[in-house]
Amino acid sequence: MKIQLKIWRQENAKAKGKMVDYDLPDVNPEMSFLEMLDVLNEKLIRSGDDPIEFDHDCREGICGQCGLFINGRAHGPMSATTTCQLHMRHFEDGDTIYVEPFRASAFPVVKDLRIDRSAFDRIIQAGGFISTRTGDAPEANAIPIGHQTAEDAFDAAACIGCGACVATCKNASAALFTGAKVSHLAMLPQGEPESPERAEKMVAQMEAEGFGHCTNTGACEVECPQEISIEHIARMNFEYNKAAVLEK
Amino acid sequence: MSRSLFLRDSVVRKNLMALTGLFLCLFLVIHLAGNLQLLLPAEQAQVQYNHYSELLSHNFFIKAVSYALYASILAHALYALILTRRAKQARGPQGYAYDKRGQVTPWYVRNMGVLGALLLAFIIIHMRDFWFQYKFTEMPLDAEGRKDLYTVVAVAYQQLWYVALYVVAMLVLGFHLLHGFHSAFQTLGLYHSKYNRWVKWAGYGYTFIITAGFAIIPIYMYFTQNQPLP
Repeated sequence: MKIQLKIWRQENAKAKGKMVDYDLPDVNPEMSFLEMLDVLNEKLIRSGDDPIEFDHDCREGICGQCGLFINGRAHGPMSATTTCQLHMRHFEDGDTIYVEPFRASAFPVVKDLRIDRSAFDRIIQAGGFISTRTGDAPEANAIPIGHQTAEDAFDAAACIGCGACVATCKNASAALFTGAKVSHLAMLPQGEPESPERAEKMVAQMEAEGFGHCTNTGACEVECPQEISIEHIARMNFEYNKAAVLEK
Repeated sequence: MSRSLFLRDSVVRKNLMALTGLFLCLFLVIHLAGNLQLLLPAEQAQVQYNHYSELLSHNFFIKAVSYALYASILAHALYALILTRRAKQARGPQGYAYDKRGQVTPWYVRNMGVLGALLLAFIIIHMRDFWFQYKFTEMPLDAEGRKDLYTVVAVAYQQLWYVALYVVAMLVLGFHLLHGFHSAFQTLGLYHSKYNRWVKWAGYGYTFIITAGFAIIPIYMYFTQNQPLP
């Protein structure tokens, strides 16, 4: 299939970028989106041009490294799909595809489509952990956790930190990412005691990184490859408010 | 009033948006309940509504609540402005060249600020035409010697453009509430998978009653009292 691409090219963090046109006349519909970009890069390298930089790692949809804004949507038009799991068969022959980096002030472009998501790491470092050593995995029945609670906590823990929530949010809010981590630990007995304090610290870091506020539009949960619910944002708010009310 | 308490971060600011918003939601119920008296037969409505207006303007409790109300409107608008400006910075100067993000959410959810600004404009017009007149101008009196607010309202609603303005403003209010009501609960953290369906439906029901209730008054008065009162 024949594809026309319009891709964001930017030399470095300080340079001014622009959309550049590329033509790929012979794309295999079974290729993943990233494989299609690999083919384009090989072509660019052969012709002596600078290849397009983009983040990727596992290419199995679980590492959260890949994240491109494709045809106006985070991770492209499919739901519950990371960029690496998006395949060219979902496009039509002759399509023009816009490829841009995830955008937010807190996610500066490093080069081309590659962005710096270390703001997420710093949010996790601010409180997304359990302070005490909880030892090895305990015997399954030693700590009673209800099935539904385990399921809900796991749903939140499924966040891969790709940043699609921020990229798609009209306020560039990181509430779904932070909420997922706060909520995941708040629901489990190991994480629960520190929960309000954790919510406060992580929200403060989220603020310091320059992310926007949450207006509950729900766009993030639609674009999230792991389909994490905005219910977790509410749980973060609840934990945060609990801290504010009970603070000594 | 330490800075940290009211401006600490976006969650605190959003809490204030939610609390003032819900307070305004509660006010709308009381306001609508009072205004439904306008739907009574003209003579009875005139006596009762003027009596009600006088009662409200002389009640200390109502006065105190009304100041909380003005403060809430201003705080709600001010915090919206602060948050929106910050969100603009968070989005960054470079937008998307091709942007289809609108596909995943309804338009009114993304445009609460625009709807809110329109509502603020409407509130100013609304208060100038009725509240200001009642409080600060010489008004004709009714048969019982009370300020005749009823006639001022009835005369205003005999102009078709004015009725249209009110109906449009109520539609704006409706879309603002449609998202705002349950969004406030989500912001405050009062949102649970077991109950959020009920909160959502309560929000839809509330929105319908408030919007339809307020919109019906000018329409009804336009069609039933299309002649000047004595």
